[in-house]
Amino acid sequence: MADRDMQGPLLQVQNLTVTFQTARGPVHAVRNVSWHIDRGEVLAILGESGSGKSVSASAVMDLIDCPPGIIETGEIFYQGRDLLKMSRGLRRTINGKKIAMIFQDPLAHLNPVYTVGWQIEEAMTIHGMAQSKAQAETLRLLRKVGLPDAEVAAAKYPHEFSGGQRQRLMIAMALALKPDVLIADEPTTALDVTVQAQILQLLQELQAETGMALLIITHDLGVVAEVADRVVVMNKGEIVEQGTAAAVYANPQHPYTKRLMAAAPGQGALHEGEQSSPILELKDLRKSYGAFEALKGVSYVLHEGETLAIVGESGSGKSTTARLMLRLEKATSGQAIYKGRDLFTLSDQELFRMRRDIQMVFQDPTQSLNPRMTVYQLISEAWAIHSDILPKTRWKSRVAELLDQVGLHSEHMHRYPHQFSGGQRQRIAIARALALEPRVIVCDEAVSALDVQVQGQVIALLDRLKAEYGLSYIFIAHDLPVVRDFADRVVVMQGGRIVEQGPVRQIFEHPRERYTRDLLAASLDPDPEIQARRRAARLGKEVA
Amino acid sequence: MQSFLTKRAISSGVSLLLLIVAVFFLSRLTGDPTDLYLPVDASAEARENFRELHGLNDPLIVQFGHYVADLVRLDFGESIRRARPALEVVIEAFVWTFQLAVITMAIVSAAAVSLGALAAFHVGGAFDRIATFFSLIGASAPDFWIAIVAIVVFAVGFGWVPTSGTGTVWHWILPIGVLFIRPFGLILQVVRGSMISALGSAYVKTARAKGVTPKKTIFVHALRNAMLPVITVIGDQAAALLNGAVIVETIFGFPGVGKLMIDSILQRDFSVVLAAIMVTALAIFLMNILIDLAYAALDPRIRY
Repeated sequence: MADRDMQGPLLQVQNLTVTFQTARGPVHAVRNVSWHIDRGEVLAILGESGSGKSVSASAVMDLIDCPPGIIETGEIFYQGRDLLKMSRGLRRTINGKKIAMIFQDPLAHLNPVYTVGWQIEEAMTIHGMAQSKAQAETLRLLRKVGLPDAEVAAAKYPHEFSGGQRQRLMIAMALALKPDVLIADEPTTALDVTVQAQILQLLQELQAETGMALLIITHDLGVVAEVADRVVVMNKGEIVEQGTAAAVYANPQHPYTKRLMAAAPGQGALHEGEQSSPILELKDLRKSYGAFEALKGVSYVLHEGETLAIVGESGSGKSTTARLMLRLEKATSGQAIYKGRDLFTLSDQELFRMRRDIQMVFQDPTQSLNPRMTVYQLISEAWAIHSDILPKTRWKSRVAELLDQVGLHSEHMHRYPHQFSGGQRQRIAIARALALEPRVIVCDEAVSALDVQVQGQVIALLDRLKAEYGLSYIFIAHDLPVVRDFADRVVVMQGGRIVEQGPVRQIFEHPRERYTRDLLAASLDPDPEIQARRRAARLGKEVA
Repeated sequence: MQSFLTKRAISSGVSLLLLIVAVFFLSRLTGDPTDLYLPVDASAEARENFRELHGLNDPLIVQFGHYVADLVRLDFGESIRRARPALEVVIEAFVWTFQLAVITMAIVSAAAVSLGALAAFHVGGAFDRIATFFSLIGASAPDFWIAIVAIVVFAVGFGWVPTSGTGTVWHWILPIGVLFIRPFGLILQVVRGSMISALGSAYVKTARAKGVTPKKTIFVHALRNAMLPVITVIGDQAAALLNGAVIVETIFGFPGVGKLMIDSILQRDFSVVLAAIMVTALAIFLMNILIDLAYAALDPRIRY
């Protein structure tokens, strides 16, 4: 194909089809994908896991390993020249210099054994800059991304920084040579909500300053609403819809996009729970690790049939509270009163009996389900341990019943966890928790790792089971929109303390504490218009 | 750091002490040296004098007391066989073993690390297959057999190198060559496995996105991370060599500490056995500290 003239888009992907050879035959990662991006523009590629949203960016960066990957058709034009026809060596001169990329999980993406200063310098020296100049530039870049003590920071290693700081380091490294295009693959996914807001703001500022094109790959409608001019929606390796972010949100055309928009959390009616009797009460719970106080006196009450959400950023102590309550760790002081008894003073035998009543569902079902046990074994194991619940002759029919209740096929009980999707695995984990007929289920970030549509389904399932079994939930989460839709009451934690607690309406509509307001403000709304208004408010300007 | 070294020194000291106890009493179980050193028809009087001279008549516990008291003064006793201080005999042999171990491990490490890293770069490629094939053979071949075959082929058959002994550079070639094979195979396998995971890591992806060349990606970004498990295996193999490559030293008549130990045990030359064990144990203790320090030097996340 003839080269484009310089009037064309800065970066253009055309009819890209990539397949991967797997043991089970070829898999189409993306099919006939086309998009383009121009200087000064923010394009978002939106999709759920497995949608192929990162594949075209990997093709741009020459990060697809061939084999097993095969680029079957397509062109990728950068300034009119087809990258796919260039030599590896030539592409390396573009990578990092003209087109740069940052990733999710910056800790894994920074080399653990070199100082961050060295790594940022390398981004420049590799493209021919003199060492001394690169050193000076590194310090300037570190200050620019909000690490003011640049000399000290440059000599440190990645593990010595916080998650948000690490993403700032990645950004400094990517922007070192003032690239034309910055590709950000899920740049804020692992970060706390307030940190996410800061990183997105930094990206927007830097883009406005340099006029680079910014390609954001994300699963999060809120991120799209906050930063994107245009959006490309992907599903199962194909683009189903593209347009301006506002138009796609307000008026989605494709059925998939419609479903996706409808599934976005934070849009449902608020729960108006009536007060019932307390079932579990924490009194002045404290926990220290050496000199470090992880919990500084936490008290809250869980009522019968209630969903109590514990929200907070990482390090706030929200999971520690649950671990202490279940006696997975020993509390330094305090009480946990369940049915009139202090859980912390129970004998081993009483504890064994209590464990049945309070069950837990974890964030990552891939890790919390033993991969070498079938679903039947995973669920019935509970009855082998607590032998008085169910006679062995009834195990099979009860497993079938439970699977049915969590929306899985009962004939799949002899399959292994890896044969299910992430959402299905979380359903298995819920079925396992239900097997012991608990009164309380602690969900520790139980839906955080799931795609938004699956998230909605699991939440609906939890809601239904609550009514059927008369359960109470302690729902630990960092994702405020999900909490808003699901919780009856909310406890907001920060730095080992409770900042504020109350009914969900009070917390979301009339927060009293500044920290709660900050959290809510940092949380992103899927509606681009609302985000535009918030952005304007942040900048202290009126919306036109 | 200081406290780490102190702790290590204390714990090693305790192990050393237990070792002294075990070796002293166990070696006495091998029999009375008098039978070995005096002619069969030696008079009872001569035997008695010999025992008296070497303190063999005292109760074991008293002998042990004397031994420990001497140890504190760094006196390991006399070699019965050689009539020289045991420590002197051992150090002389240890210097040979030490040279052999250092040279062998230097060659092995350089070869295994570079070839293993290259093999990992194209997994399943021709180079990888050849390297894996030969390293597996190397790792599983018994060294006494290789040693004998090597002598038959290269020393006797071609006459390129001497069969045994020391004296010229040529004498070193067969012992080093034979000692090379097994650690080389083992270390190459570990390097390869470790490099495969390092090259698949996220930070290597970042390096590629930065435009780093393949050579720098392998040897700068991936290799230093991949070296951590490798260091452990290198240390382990080096320790085995420092202990004296008993079989290889014996076959090649190499005057190292391994051969010395075997000879001394057969000769019931207890002082030498004990001194040899103490010296090699000390060397291994020092090498373990070196490995720990290498860990910390390679990985900033490890601090003592």
